Amino acid sequence: MNNSTLQNTQKGNSVVVLNLPEGELKSQFIRLGITEGSTVKINERLPGGTVVITKNRQEIAVGSDLAKKIKVIVE
Amino acid sequence: MKSDSVLNLSGKNKVLSEVELKKVVTQKEKVVLVGNPNVGKSLFFNYLSGMYVDVSNFPGTTVSISKCNYKNYEIMDTPGIYGVSSFNDEETVARDVILDADRILNVVNSLHLERDLFLTLQLIDMGKKVSVMLNFSDEVKKRNIKIDTKRLSELLGVEVYETSAVKETGFDKLDDAIENARQGKQELDVYFMLQQVMEKNISQSEAMLVLEGDSSTAEKNNVDNGTPDEREKIYIGRRNRVNEIVDQVEHEDSKKGELFNLLGRLSLNPLTGIPILAVVLVILYFFIGDLVSQRIVDFTEGTIGKGIFEYHLKSFVSDYTPADINVNILNDEEEVIDTRIFNFSEGKSANPDLALQFKEYSSQPGAESDFTFLHPIAKLFFGEFGVVTMTTTYLIFLLLPLVLAFYLVMALLEDSGYLPRLATMLDRAFTRIGLNGRAVIPIMLGFGCVTMANITTRILGSNREKTIVTSILQFAIPCSAQLAVIAVLLSGAGVVPLLIFITVIGSVLISLSTILNKILPGESSPLLIDLPVIQIPKMKNVFKKTSFRTIGFMKEAGFWFFVGAFGVGVMEITGLLTIWQDTLAPLVTGWLQLPKEAATAFVMGMVRRDFGAAGLFEIDLTVMQVTVAIITITLFVPCIASFVVMLKERGLKEGLSIWFGTWIVAFLIGGIVSQILI
Ligand SMILES: Nc1nc2c(ncn2[C@@H]2O[C@H](COP(=O)(O)OP(=O)(O)OP(=O)(O)O)[C@@H](O)[C@H]2O)c(=O)[nH]1
Ligand SMILES: [Mg+2]
Repeated sequence: MNNSTLQNTQKGNSVVVLNLPEGELKSQFIRLGITEGSTVKINERLPGGTVVITKNRQEIAVGSDLAKKIKVIVE
Repeated sequence: MKSDSVLNLSGKNKVLSEVELKKVVTQKEKVVLVGNPNVGKSLFFNYLSGMYVDVSNFPGTTVSISKCNYKNYEIMDTPGIYGVSSFNDEETVARDVILDADRILNVVNSLHLERDLFLTLQLIDMGKKVSVMLNFSDEVKKRNIKIDTKRLSELLGVEVYETSAVKETGFDKLDDAIENARQGKQELDVYFMLQQVMEKNISQSEAMLVLEGDSSTAEKNNVDNGTPDEREKIYIGRRNRVNEIVDQVEHEDSKKGELFNLLGRLSLNPLTGIPILAVVLVILYFFIGDLVSQRIVDFTEGTIGKGIFEYHLKSFVSDYTPADINVNILNDEEEVIDTRIFNFSEGKSANPDLALQFKEYSSQPGAESDFTFLHPIAKLFFGEFGVVTMTTTYLIFLLLPLVLAFYLVMALLEDSGYLPRLATMLDRAFTRIGLNGRAVIPIMLGFGCVTMANITTRILGSNREKTIVTSILQFAIPCSAQLAVIAVLLSGAGVVPLLIFITVIGSVLISLSTILNKILPGESSPLLIDLPVIQIPKMKNVFKKTSFRTIGFMKEAGFWFFVGAFGVGVMEITGLLTIWQDTLAPLVTGWLQLPKEAATAFVMGMVRRDFGAAGLFEIDLTVMQVTVAIITITLFVPCIASFVVMLKERGLKEGLSIWFGTWIVAFLIGGIVSQILI
């Protein structure tokens, strides 16, 4: 097990979301189906730091600065 | 309450006055299509209304409300939302209609139940009458996913219908769905929380929003709204309920998560994504830059428009009014090998012998006839900028084929699901100029029509991003019609002018955005976007969209071209045009180093930019002069329609600043380029 931010993960990893940024952004994640404790897969990590994750069948792109603020545990 | 009073009126057998009758008619029950982005709501709307609103494969296609009448109902299409709240403009727009709705058709993407049912439960918690449409049933079958609709219906307490909006399956049940819409099952704890607010005489739906911290609903009702923490608690409770429901109703036979296809993945990563983008652009260049703008337009504009339509019309007009006709005979290399001038001081019919000679001479192969009418009215309607001749030739024979081609390409792109991936790939680059990847969507739509794209800036997360993108659209993005004219002007000139054009406009875009990013207060929002599956564009939708947009374009451009041509014509006759040209002469001839007639293009450009660019056709320019002219015209003021929409979306102050800003930047940059090139 390994503490990290979403931005520092690698393609192919499965991670458990530990901590989401407070406020509206968190609400947006909850609506998309991602809460603290959910498992997501890292689908793609682009050179600029933008991360594409998959939750079930849904692909979601997360900007680099936002990904930095999301704490995860790499499984 | 309103509908009660109507019932009473008719109940008492009162004779209804006309005003009252109108009231009865307009107070149909409101049925609102609600759902997450990109789930097919607009396809439902198009089916029910028989109208067409845009359908594309990216979240955020619909950004405003459309309405239609259907049987005894008023149907409304809304922007896609992940929940009812007011985090952004689209949500605010949707929220108000949802609060006001009598019945709701909740369209759900069956492939993403976990995501979509969150909104469904929220609507149920709000006490709305709901029917759930499980859309994308075709894809569900393909992927061997089993959804227990009966169980889902029991758990939610509302009717559930399976549909496929592209195939229109299950649409025979739409009437039932509307009629059977009802309030669903609610969790007890939410119910108790709601009761406390509802005691203050607030409706259940507004009470729910107040609890979830929606400040404008709270203000309206004069109560305090819930804190973000309270909202989060309610959200997490709802999220858990959704997950439980999905666990009970969904069974997947195939492996999970095998959905994203190869092309979708490859277009994301710059390593493969940039070559893919390059291929797309090269195909575009050959299709539009070569095939349509050279071969096809040469035929439609040159042969049909000028050679047949204008020749016969002008020749007919010159029967009755004085005209000088200059006929050149060209060989295959476009060199003049013979020329003859015919003067008809009283019109052709007064001089049948000469008229016959003219007819014979001008019917030779390679003949080009140039008519000059002496009577001002004839000039106004049939002359160089003639209302009838120029409008028709440009609009039908030049712009129509080009705009059709552009719209076709745009429709293919929009329906493929490529745009959100392009947005993701370019995210990093966009954060450097104060935006996030999402800005790709309005900017790309701007290449279709800037006016439309202005409205799509609503999908952006913050005010500063909207300001930046709106400015980029007005300054630096040429719309399809303008690109069309540019493509024709540059055809045959090689790639160098094209590269200069792209480099200059691109630099302006980047500098503008960087400067605005520095001076505008606040912070831009980060990218958070869900990616639709890449699909082969649905031809039916592509053709429908292309034809609707083309017809829309022809109507609007037709009107403004007509007005513009008339205005320029009047200016020409009254001598105002010469005054204008002389006034601008220092700028146009001295600074931009163009002939002074080019000033006319700027008058025309104030009406529409494509019209302005078209004004350059009549002037003899070198390749570099053309390059300078199209750069200046592109940076010049947006067309009237776009200007009006921009004022509405962004307010008077910002709109006017942008408008005047374009004057300065256009002439400044155009001049600098000219000083370097010429
Ligand atoms: N395979 C399949 N595709 C569908 C179905 N319904 C909609 N689509 C596709 O989904 C995409 C979105 O359709 P729209 O009608 O624009 O969706 P919308 O909900 O109005 O989207 P927004 O206005 O962005 O919120 C289009 O590419 C449709 O072709 C369906 O039942 N099956
Ligand atoms: Mg829509």
